Amino acid sequence: MASGGGARAPGVNVVRATDLTKTYAADGVEVRALRSVSVDVEAGSFIAFIGPSGSGKTTLLNLLGCLDKPTSGQLEVAGIDVTRLGRRHAAAFRGARIGFVFQSFNLVPVLTAFENVEYPLVMVQDRPAGERRSRVLELLGAVGMADQRDKRPEQLSGGQKQRVAIARALVTRPELVLADEPTANLDRETAYTIIALMKKMRDEVGTTFLFATHDTRIIGAAEIVYTIEDGRLTGRREQRG
Amino acid sequence: MGNLAKIAVRNLLRYTRRSLLTVSLIAFGVVFVLVFVAMAGAFKETIVASITDNYLGHLQIHRRGYVASIESLPLNLNLEPAQLAEIQKELGSVPGVAGASERIKFNAMFSTFVETTGMRVTAVYPDRELAVSPKLLSRVLQGDRTPAALARGKILVPDLLARGMGIKVGDTVVVVATNKDGSINGKTLLVSGILESATGPGGRDGYIHFEDGMEILRMQGTETTEVAIRLRDFGQIARVGRALRERLEGDSGGGAALEVHTWAQLSPFSTVATLIDMMALFMKLMLIAIVLISVLNVMIMAVYERVREIGTIAAIGTLPSRILSLFLVEGVLLGMAGAAAGVLAGAAIILALNVWKVSIAFGGARQLFVLSPRIDPYEVVLASVMVIAVSVVASVQPAVRASRMEPIDALRHV
Repeated sequence: MASGGGARAPGVNVVRATDLTKTYAADGVEVRALRSVSVDVEAGSFIAFIGPSGSGKTTLLNLLGCLDKPTSGQLEVAGIDVTRLGRRHAAAFRGARIGFVFQSFNLVPVLTAFENVEYPLVMVQDRPAGERRSRVLELLGAVGMADQRDKRPEQLSGGQKQRVAIARALVTRPELVLADEPTANLDRETAYTIIALMKKMRDEVGTTFLFATHDTRIIGAAEIVYTIEDGRLTGRREQRG
Repeated sequence: MGNLAKIAVRNLLRYTRRSLLTVSLIAFGVVFVLVFVAMAGAFKETIVASITDNYLGHLQIHRRGYVASIESLPLNLNLEPAQLAEIQKELGSVPGVAGASERIKFNAMFSTFVETTGMRVTAVYPDRELAVSPKLLSRVLQGDRTPAALARGKILVPDLLARGMGIKVGDTVVVVATNKDGSINGKTLLVSGILESATGPGGRDGYIHFEDGMEILRMQGTETTEVAIRLRDFGQIARVGRALRERLEGDSGGGAALEVHTWAQLSPFSTVATLIDMMALFMKLMLIAIVLISVLNVMIMAVYERVREIGTIAAIGTLPSRILSLFLVEGVLLGMAGAAAGVLAGAAIILALNVWKVSIAFGGARQLFVLSPRIDPYEVVLASVMVIAVSVVASVQPAVRASRMEPIDALRHV
């Protein structure tokens, strides 16, 4: 089911979310994190979801990334109704179709930069060694980390870690990359470099990038900016990016 | 699998000190079990050899009911000549029998002409007895240590009697016994040697020649109290015993009047041997507990400390079964490392004990037994497999917990 990958042709929706609602209980109180959110995302988009803390950005990204399930509503990612996927199938789907970039990089500390990027190809996709090596080297080269490939995360700067994380997110050739505050822990210059890098990857590979962010630098780079407030999608703005 | 193992090794090395401590603990347990099993086995073998090689033999055949009243050494329960012939015929057809010795055992009055006391006497053919009890003559403290010590007209006197009665080698003594018909007969014998006592039944008997025994008891034909048997391979006792029982204790013919016993059925030491085996089992249970607790502890800690990491690898698509495998492999590697270190250290200690030559003497006896601790490859494999299997069991719960984590919850973990 989830064996495919690679970018979709422009004009095709990679995400179709309709009336997504997410409710959960916190300390016995029902919290409505998302309220009837509908959004379609075209392949190859570079989209930012913005809004105050607790507005529902991360919840929406978690749903789109099949890390969580909506309480109600329809959600198709890469043409699959992901609301029906079980744990195992959801994991396989994520491994094949979705890449993640985290605010805290979340690299595996015992692995080198090369091995971190290689990890999804080994542990998720079981790719042969030759293919793994060429893909990893290609991506490390693309993010400017080829010469740092034998270093472990503790030996890398924040910006370098995030470059490795981006390479890891892209190495499986996903259709969709979800990045939750990817520049929050980076200095200004590094943040710009990382944003440029992701946009370059989008341009070259055609991967769709969705961000949840407060960072005005990402917001400025995005082509579509959605505003979320109190769990509702309250605005959509297209810009040159 | 190779990549899984590589990542597992890296994860274990992440907390080097903790992993080393756990491996050391497991290795200590393995060493303890292997050395204990080797030493206990050597001790058991030595005692069993002492009992079987000195007087008991590996198997004994008696007339039915004799063993039940063995303390009184009843002459009326001796084997008849026809029964002896039947036994000898069957012994010839059962493979694995190295030797058989016919014995007459009786209670006698033992006199130095000055003092008289009771004595248990065993009458044997020297060559046949030495084939069954090869260490008999090594118990001779003074006097002749050759088979001639048991030639006709000679007696080996037990040390305890010799000391009590002031008997020396070369003295003349009289052995008097009540015959089967109630009459009394005696014979003058020359003391050829003083025999050190051995633990267990028959360990304080005086020894004379078989025909002297027949003469004292005025036997008309070749009556025999028992036939003691030595096997080529000690490990075949159960098999040969079973074969002899089938042939001699069966309902057909006159064999039903016979009983076959192993040394263990005749010697109280078999209970000690069982206790030693139980202690070895207890040691193995201790090892299981050590491995279970130490691996479980490490793996629980590993899962607890790596919640976010588990969330990350789950989020990027690692299947729950892979996450489960990763933690299981970590636990198994801990067990394997501990088992390997333990086996190596245990083998080194056992080797050192063999070089060092630990010796023991039973009950203050002169005869020293050098323990030769050795470990059966089966025990090594058993201990290793046990450690690894328990490591798997100990890792299951933490591994299942890791594999069932919801990535979204794990990623939020601080």
